[in-house]
Amino acid sequence: MYLWLALFFFIIGGLEAMVLRAQLALPNNELISPETYNQLFTMHGTTMIFLVLMPALIGLGTYLIPLMIGANEMAFPRLNAFSLWMTFMGGTLLYFSFFAGGGPDAGWFNYAPLSENNYSSSHGVDYYLIGLILTGIGSIGAALNFVTTVLTLRAPDMKLNMLPLFVWMMFINGFLILAAFPLLNAGLFMMLIDRQFDAHFFIPSSGGSAILWQHFFWAFGHPEVYILALPAFGIISEVIPVFSRKPIFGYKFVASSTVAIALLAFGVWVHHMFAVGMSNTVNGFFAASSMLIGIPTGIKVINWIGTMYKGSIRMTVSMMFALAFLIDFTIGGLSGASFAIVPIDWQLTDTYYVVAHIHYVFLGGTAFGIFAGIFYWFPKITGRHLSEKLGKWHLWLFVFGFNMTFLLQHMLGILGMPRRIYTYPDLPYWKILNLISSIGAIFMFVAIGIFLYNIFITLKKPRSAEDNPWEAWTLEWSTPSPPNLKNFEQLPPIHSRRPLWDLNNPDNPDKRLN
Amino acid sequence: MKDKGKLLILLLVGSETFFFISLIIAYVYYRNFTNTVDTVAHTLDATRAGIFTLFLIASSVTLIVAKNALKKDNRKRFKIFLVLTVLLGVIFISGQIGEYIGLYKKQITLDSDVFGSSFFTLTGFHGLHVILGLIALTIIFLLSIGKMERVGVAAFSGMDVYWHFVDVVWIFVFYFVYIMPLL
Repeated sequence: MYLWLALFFFIIGGLEAMVLRAQLALPNNELISPETYNQLFTMHGTTMIFLVLMPALIGLGTYLIPLMIGANEMAFPRLNAFSLWMTFMGGTLLYFSFFAGGGPDAGWFNYAPLSENNYSSSHGVDYYLIGLILTGIGSIGAALNFVTTVLTLRAPDMKLNMLPLFVWMMFINGFLILAAFPLLNAGLFMMLIDRQFDAHFFIPSSGGSAILWQHFFWAFGHPEVYILALPAFGIISEVIPVFSRKPIFGYKFVASSTVAIALLAFGVWVHHMFAVGMSNTVNGFFAASSMLIGIPTGIKVINWIGTMYKGSIRMTVSMMFALAFLIDFTIGGLSGASFAIVPIDWQLTDTYYVVAHIHYVFLGGTAFGIFAGIFYWFPKITGRHLSEKLGKWHLWLFVFGFNMTFLLQHMLGILGMPRRIYTYPDLPYWKILNLISSIGAIFMFVAIGIFLYNIFITLKKPRSAEDNPWEAWTLEWSTPSPPNLKNFEQLPPIHSRRPLWDLNNPDNPDKRLN
Repeated sequence: MKDKGKLLILLLVGSETFFFISLIIAYVYYRNFTNTVDTVAHTLDATRAGIFTLFLIASSVTLIVAKNALKKDNRKRFKIFLVLTVLLGVIFISGQIGEYIGLYKKQITLDSDVFGSSFFTLTGFHGLHVILGLIALTIIFLLSIGKMERVGVAAFSGMDVYWHFVDVVWIFVFYFVYIMPLL
């Protein structure tokens, strides 16, 4: 259900992006009005983050965590349903704004005072606030469920240091969600009270503080980046070992760097606000912490490469997405680290460089991770294999189009093109770079079309997948594909991180951990 | 931990802590930002609020007594102290409502200035949590009149964590809103 929800909003969000790119394809274009443009980029950002990536990851987590830890159900199935419908309600309300006088138009981070009544008089922002409060509550519910499930329902023999890495990362992620979303919700409530009851939280002209909104938003917003990245890391940490035919290199490092990321994530948010004009001490502190967080992420990248080293790699679509993730996410990480340097940030903030960076992280990172995960677990979830041939078309078109669109936006940013302008004059290079960027978007659009077609025709085929088509080692592959309503009639013995490896290679088992 | 209900509430409470920290931060931030907050805060009656605070703390004590009674299977004592907890909570809430009415009469409202905005939001959200807790406690009490078996220690233990949490939050709110301007 979560996954369908995500797919549905992905299509809407994607169409919005296509309109945006069509508008930007040529200088001085007048395809859509500035007002429409503002609403579209706000909705595109909000939709993709809160209604696509979050539900997709939560959906995978909800489906896979019980299977991977040998449990029959999540700890609180009703809470689960509650979370889903809250997210759905939130999304519906957000889109209802279009029928109620216009969508929100203040960007996905909705800066005050632009988002206050004086400057945004339609009800769009109100719908944005209520919609996000609801999806936020949904996410907190899901996180509560993840953490309790992992702590209480593991198979009796499975200790915490034997969790599959995907589960481990969702587990840590649960804590991140629990700590980050309340900050957003508090800020959203305050702004809603501002707008509905004329309070003064974020209105500087009557004593409030617009900067405080930025603090609340980014104190949530930066952990949110990791909330979206960690599960993708988890997926990659499952996919790469299986298709390299080797156990993960440095399990403990991957696991503990996750904790380091989660903790550091709460100490870096001001790097989104360097341009606000805070003291050098504050900027210096957050510059240092932002560079620091690159270290655990780098450790993970090295571990994944180490896993592939001397492995016998099977180039399935899932593995190829994992590799694309590795390359493009690293680019996103590096462009991110460049923002940690305050003067560079001052130069590049609010340019297309930022747009390129966020897309490398969310699309080149999280979305590629999700694609890898979908191709990997699709046979388990539906009992049918997605077509590898169509998958490769999808992969190459998407990766090619993605880099075509966003790699050049780094240049545009350095050339000084500001983000969020609905059109631009014909300055040197701007025209050609934007045109290429828009053409790249068409490639991605076609790729997603192929992906949808692939899902559609695969679901019409009869069920043919074996229990363990990839010869993987974690518990979910010991169940039939798709699993029965009760996941496990009987659990295999669990003594290491790879129970199915031990089962199939009794003469050469992994080291016993319990 | 075996009791997943209690674990759930513990995590929820942990999450809620961040929510209230944000609201308190807003209040304290405005206080450092302009001195109007303190000027207005002086009109608050700290002694009166202190007395109502004692009622809320007392409700936590009675809840502990009720819990111990339930553990010893002393159902009658359990019910008496549960009702006492609810009553103390109601007294606290009515105290707060009284205070709101007083402030509104003095033209200190949600939309008057930053003090009003942050004060009513912070105490209002806390009040909502108290009311929610009261409803849940009442439900447990009503269940305990009917079929006793349905009120296990387990169902009660989550509620118990929640109520103490609401109490502790109030102590912080009380300190930051009522005491700090006096110091």
